[in-house]
Amino acid sequence: MTTTDVNTNLKTQEYLINMGPQHPAAHGVLRLILTVDGEIIHKVDPDLGYIHRSIEKMCERDTYKQIVHLTDRLDYLSSHINNEAVCLAVENALGIEVPDRVKYIRTIMAELTRLASHQLWWGVMGMDIGALTAFMYAFRDREMINDIMEETVGARLTMNYNIPGGLMFDIHPGFQKKVKDFIKHFRKALPEYNTLLSDNIIFKKRLQGIGYISKEDAIAYGVSGPSARGSGISCDVRKIHPYSAYDKVEFNEILIEGGDSYDRYMVRMKEMEESMNIIDQLIDNIPEGDFQVKTPALIKLPKGEYYQKVETARGELGVFIISDGKKSPYRFKFRSPGFSNLSILDKISRGHKIADLVAIMSSLDFVIPDIDR
Amino acid sequence: MNAIINYFSEVLNGGISLLKGMGITGKHFVRSPKEIITQQYPENKDTLVFGERFRAQLFMEHNDENQIRCDACQTCETVCPNGSIEVVWHREADPETGKKKKVLDKYVYHLSMCTFCNLCVLACPTEAIKMNQEFETAVYDRSELTKVLNKPGSKFSQDFVDKSLEK
Repeated sequence: MTTTDVNTNLKTQEYLINMGPQHPAAHGVLRLILTVDGEIIHKVDPDLGYIHRSIEKMCERDTYKQIVHLTDRLDYLSSHINNEAVCLAVENALGIEVPDRVKYIRTIMAELTRLASHQLWWGVMGMDIGALTAFMYAFRDREMINDIMEETVGARLTMNYNIPGGLMFDIHPGFQKKVKDFIKHFRKALPEYNTLLSDNIIFKKRLQGIGYISKEDAIAYGVSGPSARGSGISCDVRKIHPYSAYDKVEFNEILIEGGDSYDRYMVRMKEMEESMNIIDQLIDNIPEGDFQVKTPALIKLPKGEYYQKVETARGELGVFIISDGKKSPYRFKFRSPGFSNLSILDKISRGHKIADLVAIMSSLDFVIPDIDR
Repeated sequence: MNAIINYFSEVLNGGISLLKGMGITGKHFVRSPKEIITQQYPENKDTLVFGERFRAQLFMEHNDENQIRCDACQTCETVCPNGSIEVVWHREADPETGKKKKVLDKYVYHLSMCTFCNLCVLACPTEAIKMNQEFETAVYDRSELTKVLNKPGSKFSQDFVDKSLEK
């Protein structure tokens, strides 16, 4: 055979490989069935269900006060914000207005949670790309937030601090000082983050032009949160439908028009600064007052349908309750940001290499229990 | 020609950004030992400090006379989302008034089912149960995770409840 014969007669063949459910670069038990030709991805087929705990069904069994603690286990990195979503939905349905103090504390806590979540994401993003150092720096700073949470809330990850009608406890006397110390420390640490990763040429090359989401696609697939804002779509629930104390603070919605992985990365980096600005505005002005409103021991919502959405660290979390007037809901539905964000993965990773898929997944910031529920 | 220049300038920039990053790690490498935040667990176990609200596992407070505040009202059993609390009780006539009252036999706590949501502690009308800071809950056998929280022979005391609620 001559060389020309070899080139024309040899065909490449597509083959299937499984990435996950136990893959070191996937952040949870997500199985991706990849159709690849060599190293080029032709199709990504996510297979879910490895961490399905039927939380929605369990919600139909529990009372409204018990439901809150289950939401810790959806997107465990924004557990406080998930709690808040359920509490707001129940409070709105009952027509309860919580005191300003509760609103302020909830907002501060939500922003601290967002910071902690983004720090973890940043560390893991570095690790996925191959820079292990980032992980250590991120966890150093995240530990400070965990300590604050441990002191005031009593838990580090599954917080369950909100209850319908307010908060479980008042803030710890040392809370404000600790938060201020953290903000002071983190304002110095964030430039370090940028020097280590954001400005690194190798890191940039791995992300720029990878996993492009156009504006139209993002809307069509229902992408939300920082991933959509990286494509220039204004979708921040905090800004559009303010809840808690977000109508009392001034902050910018970070919008970057590019749409590739690096733009999504930069949105989150800038969001961390905005979160610190929000906390700065609130921390000294927490009004005096009660930390909870008395609610009946067994909450029964009036018949009807209720919806509440909040902005978690990953995007828009919706809580939909259908009540038939009994002590537990007739139907409880979560619109989780992770599930919608996952749906676009196939579209944006076609034509890229397997190593790029890891970067794309990281830039979309998946938390698998949030996708599966 | 331009392509070659671009290529080499990129390599140079890559090297510079790498050095910048290494500068940061280098700075942390040579800083004073006082700033080191790594903890030597478990060597430092005795000096570990936890917040007083830290939720590790449920316990029942006993005073010196082996008295408890739990009157077996079963509120905690009702509010627990996971069925991790079982209150075993019987009715007994009160020696003074002659009225029949609930008396606690066993307060069974299934640590394996507990999600540490704190609802039971909040619901308890007599503050009988609390969360402690013993976070090392690993055991060799699953059966060890089912615990009886009240000590043998412990009795309910109204005085103990009143004292605690005054605070």
